[in-house]
Amino acid sequence: MSVRPNFRPAGHKPPFWRDRAKRALIFQIIVVAAVAAFLIYIVNNTQTNLDARGITTGFGFLNNTAGFGIGQTLIEYSSQSSYGRTFVIGLLNTLLVGGLGVLAASIIGFIVGIARLSPNWLIAKLANAYIETFRNIPLLLQIFFWYFAVLRSLPSARESMAFGEAIFLNVRGLYLPEPLFESGFGLIPATFVVAIIASIALVIWNKRRHEATGKRLPVFWISLVLIFGLPLLVLVVTGVPVTWEMPVLRGFNFGGGITIIPEFLALWLALSIYTASFIAEIVRSGIQAIPHGQTEAAQALSLPRKLVLRLVVIPQAMRVIIPPLTSQYLNLIKNSSLATAIGYPDLVSVFAGTTLNQTGQAIEVIAMTMAVYLIISLLVSMFMNWFNARVALVER
Amino acid sequence: MFNKKHLALLASAGSLTLASMATAQADTLEDTINNGSVRCGVSDGLPGFSSPDDEGNWQGIDVDVCRAVAAAVLGDAEAVDFISLNAVERFTALQSGEVDVLSRNTTWTTTRDTTLGLNFTGVTFYDGQGFMVARDLGISSADELDGASICIQSGTTTELNLADYFRANDMEFNPIVFDTSEQTVGGYQAGRCDVLTSDTSQLAALRIQLEDPEASMILSDVISKEPLGPVVRQGDDTWFNIVKWSLFAMINAEEYGVTSENAEEMLESEDPNIARLLGQDGNYGEGMNLEADWAYNIISQVGNYAESFDRNVGMGSPLEIERGVNALWNDGGFQYAPPIR
Repeated sequence: MSVRPNFRPAGHKPPFWRDRAKRALIFQIIVVAAVAAFLIYIVNNTQTNLDARGITTGFGFLNNTAGFGIGQTLIEYSSQSSYGRTFVIGLLNTLLVGGLGVLAASIIGFIVGIARLSPNWLIAKLANAYIETFRNIPLLLQIFFWYFAVLRSLPSARESMAFGEAIFLNVRGLYLPEPLFESGFGLIPATFVVAIIASIALVIWNKRRHEATGKRLPVFWISLVLIFGLPLLVLVVTGVPVTWEMPVLRGFNFGGGITIIPEFLALWLALSIYTASFIAEIVRSGIQAIPHGQTEAAQALSLPRKLVLRLVVIPQAMRVIIPPLTSQYLNLIKNSSLATAIGYPDLVSVFAGTTLNQTGQAIEVIAMTMAVYLIISLLVSMFMNWFNARVALVER
Repeated sequence: MFNKKHLALLASAGSLTLASMATAQADTLEDTINNGSVRCGVSDGLPGFSSPDDEGNWQGIDVDVCRAVAAAVLGDAEAVDFISLNAVERFTALQSGEVDVLSRNTTWTTTRDTTLGLNFTGVTFYDGQGFMVARDLGISSADELDGASICIQSGTTTELNLADYFRANDMEFNPIVFDTSEQTVGGYQAGRCDVLTSDTSQLAALRIQLEDPEASMILSDVISKEPLGPVVRQGDDTWFNIVKWSLFAMINAEEYGVTSENAEEMLESEDPNIARLLGQDGNYGEGMNLEADWAYNIISQVGNYAESFDRNVGMGSPLEIERGVNALWNDGGFQYAPPIR
């Protein structure tokens, strides 16, 4: 904004349209009013048209009985449940594939991104080939590839691949034994929590001791033993209060145990592998954005490559990585709506698909679905911004 | 990311919100005459009901209803714009005015008739839901299907009937819901499910498309009523009457023995029913703002109900579906058209 000298003689006010600040305020009010008027017109017009055509409106349909089945439900659901319940089921299925997808994509992406910078020629080229292959093939085709080409070629239920008579893999999905907990099992998660708290305390104590004396313990290994060893010990001492329900072939399908449906596997694999290729590039560019002098300085202190990465490069790279990483997470979650192409019962398939068609409430259903994606994306953004602020370089 | 289908749906929903007041009480007949063709929503490819042949001409019993309307209104059965819609898009497309008639193997239900701003005009085909299974499963009846994985197409009454049937019989099932009938068949063929369920007429059509039709069989159980018929928007009664009576004209023509071949000779007929039908005695098209020869045009260009049934789904077609309940009322079936007088 330019600063203009104020030549105004005292006591004489100019007309308001000559006042820059007032003019700006008036324009803003006009714009807001115009947008509001447009929205009111749209809503009104829609309502009038829907009424004129005798189309029922409102959200009352959410309480009606849905009356259809859903293939994968994380919480209790039957065909007697309401349409509102189908919304929740679809949402949970979307969150499941989105959450696990984000996790897997981050792990693969970070490994591949760092591998791409490896001094080992073969590893670097393999990582490069991975990125260029999966980044450049449309996601829908990759989903079809995993679903139709890979998982569909698995054997039928009666000729399942068996791994030790406990795990079965066939065209209907992956069947795992389900743990059934007996009384006394509560001790184990309790021990687990105690071990985690103890490890955190150990890390903090070790850090202080390191700063004070320069000595340190291999806390990573100690914590690992603590967190996994202690619950295991308790498990053995209490006499293993767990029984496993094995999947058994009955009639058409395997019954009992946990079933992971192939639609989920295909979608999860495709989303993770596709997004990981982008994350790998983000990680690579983030690391390369750190001036080489930083690495050289760390090496001059004779830090091994592992520590150079962990203590010097990655903490600085994170602030470059996180903003584009957020976009990739959002993309992954939104892309999960492609589920409908292979019949995975996500929000779009269950709610914006079947429920919409059974009730015919297109505007309400689509609006709710869009609102869900918007809210999930905003929440992820908020979390990542908070995280970014935490890891950002503190300027002195 | 929404896929193409949802984008289209969104666009339709959007156009509903933006549709101007003027179209609320539109005169579909006038628009159709000005436009020179009937805009008709059909399926995305279901042999016997609506699917394009080798030369890209739409064929099928649902298609014939559209052609009949075009013949009655414009005097030309070819003057139809066919718009292919999937199960989820169909009602929004009709509500938003993208199509004027929906003739897409659509089941007549209370919800659809009363809450969507739509009206069903009649029944072109009485259908019911059935099951297709692989022959080597050794199943002979639907009550042996406890625990089966079932492939099903999304957005159909089939999904509801299936859940009802299994609950009523205290059985469990595992639904795998696909977007299009093509994907549903793909799932069935890959062994993702044991059973494919749909209306029996559709099963017959889908079965002949399988790689090995003989390896699959259709169970004799029919678990639901599926009256399939044309749909129009509510609020335009003239158009509603035209679509309704176009179908009735075809059914009446069968009853009186008027076919596309003998329609011209029948113009001389002494039978008062035929004279009224073909517009030789009075003008029964007047009330619908049509010419007196509206029914003559339908019958001579499209044929009567029996002709349409036979060449599309009946014995003259690969589907070979029996007339069964779709026979005329005086022949042991349900097809009954009010008289033209």
